[in-house]
Amino acid sequence: MHYTLADYVLDIAQNAVEAGSSSVRVLLDEEKTGTSVVIEDDGKGMGDEELRRALDPFYTDGKKHARRKVGLGLPFLRQATEQAHGDFAIASKKGGGTRVSFRFPADDIDSPPLGDIPGLFLSALCLPGGHEMVIERRRAGPGGLGYRLVRSELSEAVGGLELASSLALLREYLVSQEETEDGN
Amino acid sequence: MAKMTLEQLRKLREEKKSDIARRDVEGKEIQVIVGMGTCGIAAGAKQTFDEIVKALDAEGLGDKVIIRQTGCMGLCYVEPTVEVVMPGMPTVIYGKMTADTAKELVKKHLVGKTLLENHIFDRPAADIVKK
Repeated sequence: MHYTLADYVLDIAQNAVEAGSSSVRVLLDEEKTGTSVVIEDDGKGMGDEELRRALDPFYTDGKKHARRKVGLGLPFLRQATEQAHGDFAIASKKGGGTRVSFRFPADDIDSPPLGDIPGLFLSALCLPGGHEMVIERRRAGPGGLGYRLVRSELSEAVGGLELASSLALLREYLVSQEETEDGN
Repeated sequence: MAKMTLEQLRKLREEKKSDIARRDVEGKEIQVIVGMGTCGIAAGAKQTFDEIVKALDAEGLGDKVIIRQTGCMGLCYVEPTVEVVMPGMPTVIYGKMTADTAKELVKKHLVGKTLLENHIFDRPAADIVKK
């Protein structure tokens, strides 16, 4: 089981990238009453039966690791949202991409902490592949913020997303995006 | 630190690039690969990745090392796992690479060129090795 909400987002974002997507969209919306996340891709998608089985922890398509018997990413997330009385939804179409959305209420003791957001975006943006990724981050209320990250733009700005020095620059940029207007 | 714009980010890179150009770069042959499967993430691989980026930059190795992420390396029981590929050193898969140990990895393996004891798990588990 993951510890922070950021870890769940990264896990599902990785699924989205690995589905052979050319475009992945991540939305992280923090409100007073809870945090909502949407991860949408245009990858290979799943049919109804495959989708049902993807939510079974003792099922994996065996393509990533031959003979491996478990696939825990989605089942972990569903279990965590159920436990915290949140919401979880997944919609997918064979050949037409997948959309995962979930929400953790702010006042439930089982909701995970938000976790390290710049670290999450750094890892998510650096997932290997030639895809586009657009991340939208919003936080409502006092100390609110909102920004949008486009993978191709950032990659061009720092000179690729592989070299440690480029990633350090990107990290600095991502940390600065979490600054609120009043400087906190 | 104020919120940075994309333009400032580009400028910062240009400044750093001129620093890099002055140094004697021996080629980008060093690779650090972090396992970012469900097992890795659950064990804190995201923090490990972040720590490695910071430590490499702090040690001045930023322009020599490529950092990649991969899925599960088949060593779920010792996550987070990190593979280091580096000329003059054996390719090693390290396990139990928490954020603190990651700093030590950069200092010992990448700077000091010595192996990190008690963390070597060498090769992927048999079920993911291609035959």
